[in-house]
Amino acid sequence: MKLPYSWIKDFVKTDLSPFEIARKLTFAGLEVEGLHYVGLPKPKNTMGTSVTGLEWERDKLVLAEISAINPHPNAERLVLVDLWDGVQQHVVLTGAPNLLHLREAGKLDKPMMVAYAKLGARIYDGHVEGWVETVLKRAKIRGVESYSMVCSEKELGISEEHDGIIIFDDTLPDNSPLPPAGTPLVDVIGDVVFDISLTPNMVRNASVVGVAREIAAICSAPFQEPSYSAEQSGPSIHGRAFIEIRQPQVNPRFTATLIEGVEIAPSPEWLQRRLRLSGQRAINNIVDITNYVMLESGQPLHAFDYDILQQRAGGKAPTLITRFPAHGEGLTTLDGKARTLEPNTILVADSAGALSLGGIMGGAESEVHPGTRNVLLEVASWDYINIRRTVQNQQLQTSQAGYRFSRGVHPAMTVRANLRAAELMRTLGKGIIAQGMLDEYPTPAQTVVVDYPLSACKRLLGLEIAPDEIVRILTALGFAVQVQTDSLNITVPDTRLDISSGVIGIADITEEIARIYGYDNLPNTQIADVMPPQRSNSTFEREERLKDLLTRLSLQEVITYRLTSPAREERLGVPIRYPYLQLAKPITSEMTAMRQSVLSSVLEIAANNSRTALSQALFEIGSAYLLDNGEQNLPTEQARLVMVLTGLREMPVWNGGAPAMKDYFDLKGLVDALVADLHLAAVSVVAAQHGAFHPGKCAELRVNGESAGFFGELHPNVCAVYGLPTEAVLAADFELSVLLNAMPSTYKSSGISRYPSIVEDIALIVDEALPAAQVSALIAQTGGEQLVEVNLFDVYRNESQLGLGKKSLAYRLTYQRQDSTLTDVDAAKLRTKIVRRLEREVGAILRDR
Amino acid sequence: MIEQLEQIEANAMQALAQVQSSAELQTWQNAHLGKKSPLMLVIGNMQSLAKEERPLVGQAGNRIKNNLQTAASARAESLAVAELSAKLKAESIDVTLPGRPHSGGRLHVSNQVLRQIYAIWAEMGFQVYRSRDVETDEYNFQLLNFPVGHPAREMQDTFHTHIPDVILRTHTSPGQIHAMRQFCPEPIRVILPGMCYRYEQITTRSEVQFHQIEGLAVGRNITFSDLKGTLTDFARRMFGQGVRTRFRTSYFPFTEPSAEMDVECFLCSGKGCKVCKYAGWLEILGCGMVHPVVLSNGGYDPQAFTGFAFGMGPERIAMLKYAIEDIRYFWGNDLRFLKQF
Repeated sequence: MKLPYSWIKDFVKTDLSPFEIARKLTFAGLEVEGLHYVGLPKPKNTMGTSVTGLEWERDKLVLAEISAINPHPNAERLVLVDLWDGVQQHVVLTGAPNLLHLREAGKLDKPMMVAYAKLGARIYDGHVEGWVETVLKRAKIRGVESYSMVCSEKELGISEEHDGIIIFDDTLPDNSPLPPAGTPLVDVIGDVVFDISLTPNMVRNASVVGVAREIAAICSAPFQEPSYSAEQSGPSIHGRAFIEIRQPQVNPRFTATLIEGVEIAPSPEWLQRRLRLSGQRAINNIVDITNYVMLESGQPLHAFDYDILQQRAGGKAPTLITRFPAHGEGLTTLDGKARTLEPNTILVADSAGALSLGGIMGGAESEVHPGTRNVLLEVASWDYINIRRTVQNQQLQTSQAGYRFSRGVHPAMTVRANLRAAELMRTLGKGIIAQGMLDEYPTPAQTVVVDYPLSACKRLLGLEIAPDEIVRILTALGFAVQVQTDSLNITVPDTRLDISSGVIGIADITEEIARIYGYDNLPNTQIADVMPPQRSNSTFEREERLKDLLTRLSLQEVITYRLTSPAREERLGVPIRYPYLQLAKPITSEMTAMRQSVLSSVLEIAANNSRTALSQALFEIGSAYLLDNGEQNLPTEQARLVMVLTGLREMPVWNGGAPAMKDYFDLKGLVDALVADLHLAAVSVVAAQHGAFHPGKCAELRVNGESAGFFGELHPNVCAVYGLPTEAVLAADFELSVLLNAMPSTYKSSGISRYPSIVEDIALIVDEALPAAQVSALIAQTGGEQLVEVNLFDVYRNESQLGLGKKSLAYRLTYQRQDSTLTDVDAAKLRTKIVRRLEREVGAILRDR
Repeated sequence: MIEQLEQIEANAMQALAQVQSSAELQTWQNAHLGKKSPLMLVIGNMQSLAKEERPLVGQAGNRIKNNLQTAASARAESLAVAELSAKLKAESIDVTLPGRPHSGGRLHVSNQVLRQIYAIWAEMGFQVYRSRDVETDEYNFQLLNFPVGHPAREMQDTFHTHIPDVILRTHTSPGQIHAMRQFCPEPIRVILPGMCYRYEQITTRSEVQFHQIEGLAVGRNITFSDLKGTLTDFARRMFGQGVRTRFRTSYFPFTEPSAEMDVECFLCSGKGCKVCKYAGWLEILGCGMVHPVVLSNGGYDPQAFTGFAFGMGPERIAMLKYAIEDIRYFWGNDLRFLKQF
């Protein structure tokens, strides 16, 4: 929202610089995003605030007086003006379209006051797009010497307006006379435009008066409200127009005044300039006044052509009806769009049909036009939720009225704005205001009163603030405050809807006090409250331990998008178990649903990295979202641990050979380390089948009989569809809770024996199909406590030596006792026991050395 | 006889001076101290000497033998020193050649920042509390004082799903309600990390998913000044002992008063730089006193209890701290990016 400083100063008197005011506003919650300087001196240090615009040189840009206009001897579209700059007389050449019709005028009856730029003045180039600074130089144009110019708004940085030069009115907005020629321009119209970004609770400050009141409160400056009185001298409005509110909940108040005999004309220069500085176009005096009063008060208004309404009513007194649309009813709005309407859209209509989208945009038919004589001025109040819905449905987020009404404007503002605008239409539009005002107010706003304990500041802010200071702040903001023994009786002004009563009101008022007092003026303290009971979060703590372990095992953590599409996950080649939680309006076709597979996410990352990384070892701990009806409509968020390995086992080095590629056993080693370091007991790994994995290189990890998930080498088809390299890709996909729940809170360590150990190797011929894990388990079980290490160090296959379908497993066994020396005889006994058991249970044959 | 021995000694000593390696020394040992060496032959032939000559020759023989052995040891020692130094010299390498790469594992940069934050708050008694990503409209908005149709909802563009009123959380604040409802009426100090989602185009500065970490303290005696003091302590630990903080008025439906905390730019010490856009300050977090409506919805009587809450984005903090210019790097997970942290 853009507001000119000069306008704000109509209502608040302060000597602080605009830059300082902007800083204070920002700290009080009205964030000034930028300052656009229009003539006034710019600050040297902008402290990060966006500062744009042009500083006008006092001696080179001045007010000047044109006394005569003559044609250029050699150019039809140029004129020469006789100009007095307060010091000397000049002949200035200009092509201003708004002087062209006066080319033959000669000496003017009444001199014309303009903005004059002298030789060497720094201005904006009016003839190029955007804002390009230029310095006025001497030139010859069509044979005539030129060294200075009369300026348009664009050349001074006021607006994009370049269709004519600025021609000043006789008086300033406050009716004082314009100063004489030679006065530095900056002293007359020098300005700064505040660009303010308002939070949704601050819409009352989407207005010049609102911002002025804030400045008054923050800077302890005097505040003057605009006059809300109108000289009503025409025949009464009553009986000549009627209002009928059919939806009082949506339209709590509707007021109207009648201004007759207006002359549609351009607005005065100062009003147009203020509108343009505020980012609005100037159209004609009546429309401009509705926009001007909206910017000033924050209350949107709408002007109807009264005669058109009368015609539509068949010559009778028109009735403005606010209602919901009839089935299938549409409306063509001012912007020329034919709109279909949702059933709960509030309309302003008359007996002949819909006129406008209530509170947002007028209709094309009944708007003020150049021939309008009589104006019916609507100023109404609307339910913000209803308006917000229509703004969204109709894509009218740029509507200034919609912006304000969709955040809430107090119904009391209607009367003020109506009187203010009617009076301006009288003075600037030469109209006569009919006596009286139509005011339907079926749903009156309640006056909000807050009983505010004086202890609240200490309790909520941590600082006792003197009652006098509280009263000063609240009064400056428009609250009526009555001081009682230990509380304040605070009446909320009828300009704002953001303050409640009761305990919420206490918080609301405290915020008002605090932000004006200044957050930085409150102390910084330590919490003096009791410490809550400390609770452990064992899932989180275990997860963190697991992450530490994984990084220690040289895995890199990744965090991937949890949004995906079913097509992306289908590539895993396994059936999807649950329906997807789908996005109602996806941003891209790549992200339409919440993922059900974390593995798929990590494989995508591995595929991307495979273009540049020679080796990858990744893990992610993240959720899969399963609509398994576990928690009504909400998906179960199941945490998964996914690991993916691929590429070189070791990074190549300058003096090494070609390193080997990772294979299944790299992953298996990782799983073994995980099981060992998490101290998981009762773990088994069994050969398994899973659609995403190589059918001969896939295992299932079971913990306490429960499946933790699968791991192994990825199926080549899956690698291909994910765009993964052709070398082996190893992946594990575990359900995190199975691992975390099996982590013991404590475990036993074992001592280191002082007695010598005996090491021996045995080789066993077994069936090819017999899993090594089974043999190892039998050895360990049989060896008992005295067998301290079982290490499989070789697997050998040779049909001629071992027989068809056989393999040899070579183990290094370490025997040792904790409390005494183990003899060779003892070891031999143990070995015999182990071999016998293997012979008996799995048909193993001890291989000769 | 004595002269012969002395001649043997002189010969041996002369030969020893010529020895240049351990191998030659061994050969010398054999030649001059071995069983068939001239010296040993003389000593071995003592029997053939006259009785009175024997002690003299014996003494001289032993003396010479000792002399030769001592000289040989000294020679061996100096040879060993020379040989070792020659060997070491031959083994010298170009110490500037690259080492064998160690690609140790690491946490994602976001989790590294989160852990720093957890650690600081843990010491102040704030414990980690996590809640779900997929939420109901009720928890994400209504219970946090964003009624249906409220304009403040426009501050948080929301991913709706095919299930009515089921949305992806736009902030971690629903966790405030979960925590309050779980712990009421006990006082609370928790921090709530988690992934949040916003309906936004993915650009260098905005993402559809991002982490937030939020803090909540509820008790009978917690004030806005406590919020300021506690957050200032946090900022000093997180960004540097000397940094200053400042608080600007802001608006969040679930806190009142609401504020934004700026931290003095820790890259330029407040002098003004590109990162802080020459302001000298960085916007770090939003905060405020827990709104009475939210306290009530959590089960706490707002007349008796107060609380504060704050929230920040670890990705934003990482971007500021490490000059990361594109937020898409975070979930892009390019190893060339991740390995830098």
